[in-house]
Amino acid sequence: MKQFVIFIRKEFAHVLRDRKTLLILFGMPVVQILIFGFALTSEVKDARIVIMDQARDAASRQIISKIEASRYFEVDKTVRSNQEMKEALKQGDIRLAVIFPANFNYDLVHQNDARIQVIADATDPNNATTLISYINAIIQDYEADFNKTNNVPYRILPEIRFLYNPELKGAPNYVPGVMALVLMLVCVMMTAVSIVKEKETGTMEILLVSPFSPLKIIVAKAVPYLILSLVNVVTILLLSVFVLDLPVNGNIFLLFAESTLFIITCLVIGIFISVKTNTMQVAMLISLMGMMLPTILFSGFMFPIENMPLPLQLISNVIPAKWYYIIVKDIMIKGLGLGAIWKETLILAGITIFMLVISLKSFKIRLS
Amino acid sequence: MEQNGRAENAVVVRNLVKVYGKEKTAVDHVSFSVKPGEIFGLIGPDGAGKTSIFRVLTTLLLPDGGSATVDGLDVVKDYKQIRNRVGYMPGKFSLYQDLSVEENLNFFATVFDTTVEANYHLIKEIYDQLEPFKKRRAGKLSGGMKQKLALCCALIHKPVVLFLDEPTTGVDPVSRKEFWEMLKQLKTQNITIVVSTPYMDEANMCDEIALIQSGRLLSVDTPGNIVKSYPEQLYAVKADNMHKLLKLLRSYDKVMNSYAFGEFAHVSFKDPQVNISEVTDYLKQEGLADIELRTTAVTIEDSFIKLL
Repeated sequence: MKQFVIFIRKEFAHVLRDRKTLLILFGMPVVQILIFGFALTSEVKDARIVIMDQARDAASRQIISKIEASRYFEVDKTVRSNQEMKEALKQGDIRLAVIFPANFNYDLVHQNDARIQVIADATDPNNATTLISYINAIIQDYEADFNKTNNVPYRILPEIRFLYNPELKGAPNYVPGVMALVLMLVCVMMTAVSIVKEKETGTMEILLVSPFSPLKIIVAKAVPYLILSLVNVVTILLLSVFVLDLPVNGNIFLLFAESTLFIITCLVIGIFISVKTNTMQVAMLISLMGMMLPTILFSGFMFPIENMPLPLQLISNVIPAKWYYIIVKDIMIKGLGLGAIWKETLILAGITIFMLVISLKSFKIRLS
Repeated sequence: MEQNGRAENAVVVRNLVKVYGKEKTAVDHVSFSVKPGEIFGLIGPDGAGKTSIFRVLTTLLLPDGGSATVDGLDVVKDYKQIRNRVGYMPGKFSLYQDLSVEENLNFFATVFDTTVEANYHLIKEIYDQLEPFKKRRAGKLSGGMKQKLALCCALIHKPVVLFLDEPTTGVDPVSRKEFWEMLKQLKTQNITIVVSTPYMDEANMCDEIALIQSGRLLSVDTPGNIVKSYPEQLYAVKADNMHKLLKLLRSYDKVMNSYAFGEFAHVSFKDPQVNISEVTDYLKQEGLADIELRTTAVTIEDSFIKLL
């Protein structure tokens, strides 16, 4: 036991004394969360638009003030002619033009058929679609108000609810994704590199020629990274709750238990890589290429798995991050309990046990 | 076999074979034994198979043929017990560079289930020199200091047999000398030491040596006996043009062996009753000047060259 403690202390010393490792270990999660949170978001904020109001009546002004009040749009200027509008769109920083025809209010009140033209810059189609749907929402909102006050219940309006994420924020999607990515990277790479480092510097030779059994070496190597990774989970959750306003809806202990399981999966993969490689560079390369890429591609957090061709969908099933991503989403955002995620948990546990068995089988008690 | 709880021989190697890949034979039917409490030197150039033998004896490699025991324990079957009893210092500096001197020592003491205090007497003389630097990280020590620390770490659990793989390679001459003094000291603690070195001059520090080349043992004996068994009288020659001298000696029909040795050439002759002045005259005739020719004592290196 004493041996175990000093080994773990030694391992902590390695991490805490190396600034680069520290930076990767604790800087990476924070940076990734912040990058995904503020820079790489699919939300569109403060899109600059122009308005051509040929009506200048009560209805058009009310809609314009609603648009101006929305945080998604920033009215750049009001234009007077088609020519002016085209010029504005050509400049490139104007995303959208909203045109009210003359007699807008009259048409609305008397003919019950008013029209608004919305012209979007579709060079970025996703962006344009998003903006159009925002404008639509604003107009429908106005329409609802209008109908209420005028008691003309002609229209059937679809009531759409975006469940679990009513504001369509990006955060609920990527926080679980970043958690999977960071844990995968930290655990797999750090464990693999730290074991291979001992091989490379020759200290493994001395450790093997000691009463400390190889199995204990491996466990003692894994424990510090388990603890450090849990610290990372805490950091990510704190950032997500306090900086990104994304609360944990489900049971936090369940979330930690599932995270621990996933961390162990990653540690075991890291150990497997370290058993199979002899230099830190190779270990790092395999960890990065072999782990990060599949995690990004197949976890479902960047690219929807349902849209992939069948062979790729099948491959995604062996990527532990996919299951963890589903679990975290279910607990954190949907607030579901173990009853909903027991299947994913079992699959993850299965992958872990499988990897553990093959890494222990291939672990060498001697050199080469 | 057992005597007073210790095996008769600290290390026994019988017909040991180690092959890498399909063809490369690193150790070729090597046999020797090491008596308890002696310093046994494995002496040979780089690539002779010394490290492979060490790794088999420290249970890090499996032999491909033959057998070996350490302290009476089989290196294959009883590897776990052997790992409790031996100390090992690999050729490359293998301590934690980011831990301090003190931390390294504590770590290895604890891993071997002992404490620094319990066996402090073993390392005291060596550690005294490291004491001023105990807070310094091991990676920042000089080469000689690193070796001393590595020796301390290998000794801290009072091993029965200590394996030192090229401990003096890359260390300055003064530190090398000190290092050997330390090994002599350890002998008095009844620790068997198996040491390898490519430096022939260090052979005399050992009680017994094995000369090894290309995986094969050339001779196993005490350094004194090896030198004594040199069959011919050896001469040292010097002249103004060494290059020409060596060429002449090689083609001279009376010469048995000749080779450069420091600033001299070492020569042995086919006829034990060779006339020295005849040789000097011959060299003069061939145009050499400042010729100095005298008998010289045989060194281990001469024996090694002879045995090749």
